[in-house]
Amino acid sequence: MDLFKIRQEKLTLFHKNRKKETIKKEIPSHVIETCESCHTNVSVKELKSNHFVCPECGYHFKIDAHERISLLCDEFKEVDKKFITKNIENFPEYDKKLEISQKRTKLNEAVICGIGKIGDVSCAMAMMDSGFMMGSMGSVVGEKITRLVELADKKKYPLLISCTSGGARMQEGILSLVQMAKTSAAIKRFSENGGLYISLLTHPTTGGVSASFAMLGDIILAEPNCLVGFAGKRVIENTIKEKLPENFQKAEFMLEKGFIDRIVPRKELKETLIKILKMHGGHS
Amino acid sequence: MNFEELEKKIAQLRIQKEMLELEDSKRFQIDQEIYELEKEAVQNLEPWDRLTIARALDRPKAQDYIQYLFTDFIELHGDRRFGDDSSILGGIAYFENKPVTVIAQSKGKSLEENIQKNFGMVSPEGYRKALRLAKQAEKFHRPIITIVDTPGAYPGMGAEERGQAQAIAECLYTFSDIKTPVICVVISEGGSGGALAFSVADHIVMLENAVYSILSPEGFASILWKDETRAKEAASVMKMTSFDLKEKGIIDHIVKEPFGGAQKYFPMVTEELRRYLAKELEELGKKKIEQIVQKRYQKFREMGIPAWKM
Ligand SMILES: [Zn+2]
Repeated sequence: MDLFKIRQEKLTLFHKNRKKETIKKEIPSHVIETCESCHTNVSVKELKSNHFVCPECGYHFKIDAHERISLLCDEFKEVDKKFITKNIENFPEYDKKLEISQKRTKLNEAVICGIGKIGDVSCAMAMMDSGFMMGSMGSVVGEKITRLVELADKKKYPLLISCTSGGARMQEGILSLVQMAKTSAAIKRFSENGGLYISLLTHPTTGGVSASFAMLGDIILAEPNCLVGFAGKRVIENTIKEKLPENFQKAEFMLEKGFIDRIVPRKELKETLIKILKMHGGHS
Repeated sequence: MNFEELEKKIAQLRIQKEMLELEDSKRFQIDQEIYELEKEAVQNLEPWDRLTIARALDRPKAQDYIQYLFTDFIELHGDRRFGDDSSILGGIAYFENKPVTVIAQSKGKSLEENIQKNFGMVSPEGYRKALRLAKQAEKFHRPIITIVDTPGAYPGMGAEERGQAQAIAECLYTFSDIKTPVICVVISEGGSGGALAFSVADHIVMLENAVYSILSPEGFASILWKDETRAKEAASVMKMTSFDLKEKGIIDHIVKEPFGGAQKYFPMVTEELRRYLAKELEELGKKKIEQIVQKRYQKFREMGIPAWKM
């Protein structure tokens, strides 16, 4: 099968449909996605009703922050919505990249923070979005997450962070690197004060995010088959001069190595979270 | 003239001065000329030139600083979990007659030594050794001095399998409220989360020619521009010099280096560093530990504020 051709056709279809979008908001049933794993074509409508899990093989498609909220929350009140990144270093093309991401995702930055209800349990939640500059952590992401952790500490909410990120944001240089320390310090305090932090790893969780708050959960859950690791695959291959095994840095691999508590399929995620939250005395 | 050309010219003048039998007045004139050229050269230093100085094989390494700054250094090995990472040199010693814990990222001074020390690239067991020594320091109320000199955490297969991300995260987490004073000295190269893991400190001091960045310029160019050969250009946009970091409030102090770097006249650097460490440790020693930890939290809490608006 010529995958490239299929992709091309899909793109043409996508562009055609985008023109119509202004008139018709509902997803047309003929918009299809191809499953990366089993290459089955599935209509987006069907995917959506299945939480973006391939009905054929169970492959988990990436979902954005809003989709994640609707998957998990019965109520959600966003906080710190208005934070916007300033390109203080005038890093070349950074403004443009931010603008493109903002337009595409309708988000101000790569994370949505808020207080939500999962079932009837209130929870402070940060939902990262890999569609926004690969979910990279700059000063705004670091600040929003830190504020949320501090809010959870103050109000005695449990904390859930749904992680997806390529790591620290290159364009902000050292300021984005130190966000790793800032968020980790906030989580340390929260933990010392008895707070419950559930970290949910989704595809992909790598670099500076995996090497900070993502790996600091009291309980670390992961979606099936998601990529979890510090260094990028290409960098490792260049260092060791050999090809890495297929399952390397996958959630299943990290579970086997002892770095993840549980792999939870998306369908069971909400139910699992409710159970854990309730066992820790979570209430509305 | 760029730095390289100026350096060459200075070297020529020095030879001239040594080789020829000159009158004192002529010698004096050459000295003056060298002085002026050095001043110009320092002003012309590009970030890349500083990185080259910082990475030079003959530049003093952590082991040299340990030898000059501390007495009775006793190296302590191992993470008690998996192994002993020789890219980390840790132990206990006296600094100005007081016991301290030293945890250093240690590059080698020859290719052979560098292979043994993995070019200063730390593995999870190295970070876990650091964590063990840090907790030991906390228990015995010894201040901790960390030394940063790494291009980054080791991107290897075993390192991933043993939880590189988790090990770094735990360093950030633990150092953020460890109940003993911590001072971090960046002697040459500080790259990525691998360096940050040793930098959650009450004071961070950098040598003038040291660099500190989110990633090595090679990695940065490769990721952002898919072209590793643009590393020099990357070094310029990355704002990675000690002066850049001081301006941003990430570091607290810069230790001056002689022309050409610490490698040219080491005692000048160690003496200034000794004075700085002595002064800051004394100041920290006067404070309550809760106050120190609170200030450390606040310091990192405020980082990044200029980069957002509401
Ligand atoms: Zn499938």
